[in-house]
Amino acid sequence: MSLSSDEYKKMGEKAVPKTKSIRNLTGAFLIGGAICALGQFILNFYLDLGLSTPFAGTACSITLVGISALLTGFGVYDKIAKFGGGGTLVPITGFANAVVSPAMEFKSEGFILGLGVKIFTIAGPVIVYGILASVIYGIIYWIMGLL
Amino acid sequence: MEYLKAFAVGGLICCIGQILIDRTKLTPARILVGFVVSGVILSALGLYEPLAEFAGAGATVPLSGFGHTLAKGVRASVADNGILGAFTGGLSATAGGITAAIVFGFIAALLFDPKDK
Amino acid sequence: MAHKIGKQTIIIDSPVGVFSAAAVGSKKEGEGPLGKSFDIINEDSRFGEKTWEKAESKMQELASWKALHKVGLEMKDIDFIFAGDLLNQCIASAFSARGSKVPYIGLYGACSTFAEGCGLSAVFADSFAKNCLAIASSHFCSAERQYRFPLEYGGQRPPSAQWTATAAGAALISREAGPPYIKAVTFGTVEDLGINDQNNMGAAMAPSAAATLSQFFKDTYTDAEDYDLILTGDLGAVGSVLMRDLMAREGFSLGENYNDCGLMLYDREKQQVESGASGCGCSAAVISGHIFPKIASGELKNVLAISTGALMSPTSVQQGETIPGVAHLVCYSSEKGGIF
Repeated sequence: MSLSSDEYKKMGEKAVPKTKSIRNLTGAFLIGGAICALGQFILNFYLDLGLSTPFAGTACSITLVGISALLTGFGVYDKIAKFGGGGTLVPITGFANAVVSPAMEFKSEGFILGLGVKIFTIAGPVIVYGILASVIYGIIYWIMGLL
Repeated sequence: MEYLKAFAVGGLICCIGQILIDRTKLTPARILVGFVVSGVILSALGLYEPLAEFAGAGATVPLSGFGHTLAKGVRASVADNGILGAFTGGLSATAGGITAAIVFGFIAALLFDPKDK
Repeated sequence: MAHKIGKQTIIIDSPVGVFSAAAVGSKKEGEGPLGKSFDIINEDSRFGEKTWEKAESKMQELASWKALHKVGLEMKDIDFIFAGDLLNQCIASAFSARGSKVPYIGLYGACSTFAEGCGLSAVFADSFAKNCLAIASSHFCSAERQYRFPLEYGGQRPPSAQWTATAAGAALISREAGPPYIKAVTFGTVEDLGINDQNNMGAAMAPSAAATLSQFFKDTYTDAEDYDLILTGDLGAVGSVLMRDLMAREGFSLGENYNDCGLMLYDREKQQVESGASGCGCSAAVISGHIFPKIASGELKNVLAISTGALMSPTSVQQGETIPGVAHLVCYSSEKGGIF
């Protein structure tokens, strides 16, 4: 073909239909907001039970992860995600979906080499880089405390 | 009011994720990493705590809140245990969520098969 | 004996044609506009098997069994099998050929496999083989888990994304068979114009389709108007627009007689498949189930079928490589006489 990849890229951009930004943003706002409001409800529930704030927060996370796992298992979470997009990706329920779905998918390759190896195939980087960032912060915080 | 704040702030944070999905070619894993690391940084700069106080679950449920929890855990642990705390604080504070994901993921895999779409 | 003309085109001299063909699909394919043209639709996309990979093998077995059954042949009557799919090391094809005891020639041309298989079958049948079987398949679920995400993972698909067809097609290509007769074959070159977006395969493959088709026109001194139908494999909505643009640049204008299997298999709006269908099974099933009967009946006279493949792997995508494409062309005709 007698054309450069830059020229072709320009042709390609014209041919790709536009994403429905407004519709997607609405979906993300509504679903994401709803999940956070649900989180607030669960958090208040645990606080009312008399749990301390950090423990109530942890219990809330565990509950949301459990709900997400159930919805993923029943094949519903991905359907909500079609509408929710960022609203289902960003909350901790999205993290749970990213752990649960490969666990289900790759058990066909066995519990050790399938499920065990691939369970963090999507969410692994979140833990790796979250911890790395926190350790770097911890060291800086420690040095600043020495000064 | 509390719920409204959680809804609005949580929804807006998710909209940032949506813009990244629509406007960039970033894969979901990259976007999630971005949120967690941003959460750690914002928390370190002292910016995330006020947001969490204002919006409650609206700030803690998104993955940036996960980063905030990591940073908070490290901060408390370094204050108590010195440099060792930098290594133990983060995971200790977030252990509940991560362990829950593994446990429920395993149980879901036992009970359910993926379905055709 | 076949002979080469021009730069790339092979002319099939003896009357070689499609003796029989069959298409297999699942629920979504059955609900699409071409649902009735499938020979076998199994609502259960696992096809009674434990894994998606086995299901895909089963589809190939069903397709080849059905194609042979239609004309009362058995596996022992077949000289060569040319088969391919999208799975790592082509396991769907190899495993389905396991019980056949027929010489097996495994192909990897990504979604161009069906044309690759039909083309090679025609060349073989033109010289020393009597019956060749060309098979290609793809399965949405086995492809998703290998190339993209687990099935239950929640993600949004961009408008340029395509839906891997759960389908298989098998064509029995024999000497002294037809219509449809196979008149010529053009195996394509690998083309890459720098697309690296895995969600925009149509754009990645369009240059290869345009390269093969324009070379075929030059080799045979024909033009788009000489054919009733020019059909690309799975360029989808984005790729087929680019295909028209690229062909225009080469000096060939594609008119009403141009279509794409990826645009035909599903109702894009209702079935939410964004840019259209993709996968080896897409062109294999559409051509086997829908196009061959139309050529056989004479409704279509001269047809060019160009299956298009994107030659990336999950590894190459992660390493930031661009996506090369390849396209192979087979020229079918309802008439026995030479057209070149």
